[in-house]
Amino acid sequence: MDKEKTKIVSRFGRVSPKLSTKNDLITFGLVIAIFVVIQILIATGSLSSLWQGLLVPLCTYVILAVSLNLTVGILGELSLGHAGFMCVGAFTGAFFSLYTESAIPSAWIRFPLALIIGGLSAALFGALIGVTVLRLRGDYLAIVTLAFGEIIKNIVNVLYVGKDSSGLHFSNVNMTALNMKPDGEILINGPQGISGTPMDSSFTIGIILILVTLFVTINLIHSRTGRAIMAIRDNRIAAESLGIDITRYKLIAFIISAFFAGTAGVLYAHNLSTLTALPKNFGYNMSIIILVFVVLGGIGNIRGSIIAAVVLTALPEILRELSDYRMLIYAIVLILMMLFTSSPKAIALRERFSVRRLIDKIKSRKETV
Amino acid sequence: MAILETKNLSISFGGLKAVDNFNISIEKGQLYGLIGPNGAGKTTVFNLLTGVYKPTEGRVLLDGTDITGKSTISISKAGVARTFQNIRLFKNMSVLDNVKVGLHNQEKYSTFSGILKLPSYFRKEAIMDKKAMELLEVFDLQKESGYLASNLPYGKQRKLEIARALATNPKLLLLDEPAAGMNPNETAELMDTIRFVLKEFDMTILLIEHDMRLVSGICEKLTVLNFGQVLAQGNTSEVLNDPQVITAYLGE
Amino acid sequence: MDFITYLVTGISLGSIYAIIALGYTMVYGIAKMLNFAHGDIIMVGGYVSFVMTSSMGLPPLLSILGSMLICTILGMTIERFAYRPLREAAPLAVLITAIGISYLLQNLALLIFGASPKSFSSVVSVPALKLAGGKLTITGETIVTIAASVVIMVGMTIFIKKSKAGRAMLAVSEDKGAAQLMGVNVNRTIALTFAIGSSLAAVAGVLLCSAFPTLTPYSGAMPGIKAFVAAVFGGIGSVPGAMLGGILLGVIENLSKAYISSQMADAIVFGVLIIVLLVKPTGILGKKITEKV
Repeated sequence: MDKEKTKIVSRFGRVSPKLSTKNDLITFGLVIAIFVVIQILIATGSLSSLWQGLLVPLCTYVILAVSLNLTVGILGELSLGHAGFMCVGAFTGAFFSLYTESAIPSAWIRFPLALIIGGLSAALFGALIGVTVLRLRGDYLAIVTLAFGEIIKNIVNVLYVGKDSSGLHFSNVNMTALNMKPDGEILINGPQGISGTPMDSSFTIGIILILVTLFVTINLIHSRTGRAIMAIRDNRIAAESLGIDITRYKLIAFIISAFFAGTAGVLYAHNLSTLTALPKNFGYNMSIIILVFVVLGGIGNIRGSIIAAVVLTALPEILRELSDYRMLIYAIVLILMMLFTSSPKAIALRERFSVRRLIDKIKSRKETV
Repeated sequence: MAILETKNLSISFGGLKAVDNFNISIEKGQLYGLIGPNGAGKTTVFNLLTGVYKPTEGRVLLDGTDITGKSTISISKAGVARTFQNIRLFKNMSVLDNVKVGLHNQEKYSTFSGILKLPSYFRKEAIMDKKAMELLEVFDLQKESGYLASNLPYGKQRKLEIARALATNPKLLLLDEPAAGMNPNETAELMDTIRFVLKEFDMTILLIEHDMRLVSGICEKLTVLNFGQVLAQGNTSEVLNDPQVITAYLGE
Repeated sequence: MDFITYLVTGISLGSIYAIIALGYTMVYGIAKMLNFAHGDIIMVGGYVSFVMTSSMGLPPLLSILGSMLICTILGMTIERFAYRPLREAAPLAVLITAIGISYLLQNLALLIFGASPKSFSSVVSVPALKLAGGKLTITGETIVTIAASVVIMVGMTIFIKKSKAGRAMLAVSEDKGAAQLMGVNVNRTIALTFAIGSSLAAVAGVLLCSAFPTLTPYSGAMPGIKAFVAAVFGGIGSVPGAMLGGILLGVIENLSKAYISSQMADAIVFGVLIIVLLVKPTGILGKKITEKV
């Protein structure tokens, strides 16, 4: 490969397209390697049940981080409501599974359907929200997406859905307002959420989902659509002057991002016996944790998101004693990360002392000798 | 048939008329200059022509078609391309990708095909790669095709912006101060490049410029703008010798 | 009569939002950034005041002043070390950093004070007012809150219009570069903005805790976000807008809590934000900003 072309400074970890096919294979390879290693550990009994319990949530976080990076790093818009899409996906997916548990007894058919339905519902919300907010300025967009995330969580908490022989019943007051027959079954119980979701998730399925997410995301980035999206990120006015439909492409990025957040939610929901919408799992706390993964892994750096999600989820377990300080450490690292990657002074400092510069210096000294 | 014609084009911001009764007629293949002191409204005219601003009065016709009040996106599709006073490249994308974005509406395939890597993806991408590299070669940028656009030196960034604009296969190319920040050598090179583009791409060019060497060197006709109004219009040599124009630039 | 009570409580709540919104709107207008951590400064203000009153036994007025002082120093420190280096960077960067600061403050408070709510004794010693033959009670806290916000708003308006520093702030909010060329010390002006905003946040924190007497590390976040909604609602960058937006939002939230449900009240508040941004993004009293091409 032409040495000239490798001379690429990537801020935020973005990579030039010529290098990328090898890069992408490394990313896929990384995921498969993790899968293989974990399976070996399980087979040899070296993985404690504590760690095994973390595997599905780990996959969930990876998918959430990669999908958020599509919005934040590729489209360049700060969305603070990603957990809202996860919430929509989780509840629609779990609801579907519970509702069709008798009609579709085979999890092999039911779960993929749940995943698709969860993803599509989240995508629908993504479309609705996107159409509403994507034309807003960056700061406003951030707050509005946060607002939407909270609204979704609040609405889910006042949702009561029951099923009996005469069909479905909805209410936003309480259980008894559902007016169900004695044989009725409550599916969504307001703040108590959904109980009894079939536990269909598994690590293998999680890894497959990650690979699908990667496949779609990476191919999108390398396509004409991806270039349009990145052009909008880098210079909206110039993109417009080249005839790119800003709203359309912003929506595409947002919707795909929401879709995968939804599937992550379904994966998450089918790993718990009870699914409730609490501030800590579906509120802006969660949205911010995922943002931390994205920022730490490198905004726009898909592989970085995977690594960050894995490390930052696994690390607190390794450093049990520090678990109280976990969020504090996240916060400090986040701040330092932003200062070192984005502050103009820091960037200038890095360029002056970069390894490449050093090599060039040594080379030029050699040539003059 | 004039490629570009405006009739009494005007825009007011609040009570201030930034552009007042702007009339221009540019024939196909002409290299036309728009000059005037700073703040005269030249970039505002460009913004009016490209749909960034909607005029409060008047009309714009592109090759006979009325494009008044249309959006930037549809005007681009109709065949108007522009570069900007402050270079607007896609800083985090490669030089090649910058040009390929320009080809966005020339070679199309669906998002779906892109994600699933269907045959149309490979076919169209190959065409785009070829077209983009050809454009880069015109501007002697082919060696830097893999570079991040922000890593190019200033003069090459300007050229890249022009290459990207040409990728949209326009009827009319608007260049906003293309020689800004260039030394005499670079300006001379730019003049050759613009002449080349005019001929080889069968282009019509309207440019805003302050560098009088470039203006007198390559522009056939000029319009002088002062305080939003047309001060003088005509052949380059006549206009540049017009006493009113000289006064406007140099003061009383 | 119930309606009037809810209305008055809503105005009181809204006054607190107005004070917080003022800090937001000033920072947004002058430093051009969304200080996500503003809400948490409120929380710090509350805790400092709590420590001063209960542990150190200081009289209420002194603890309020102490709280304002500490928050001012905190706000200026944050601006100097976390926001100023990123002033020329992408807006996304400073927004994420602000989120980091917000989390830092919350988790520091969590570590220092623990998650259990602290009960706050009200700093207000003004007696409640009974009107309409005893059917309507306006608490002392309500009176003080509304009075305080009016005083602050009037004070700020006068300050910005008449004082040199205030007009410097206006200049920086219009055009930073031009202001600098005119001799305005931009760094100092922005630092002053953060100082004022943070001290106001401290006041808001004390008032908030007097009205709603439990204090947790998360007490500042929600009011902070809602106050931002209020600032946008009233028109970001506008001092009277912050007041108007705050009061209206407080009333809407309280009436929603009373007549619909407290669960949905939050959702409705956020719904207001969305509607405003769709219909009139510059807010009720805001000005339109055009982007230079």
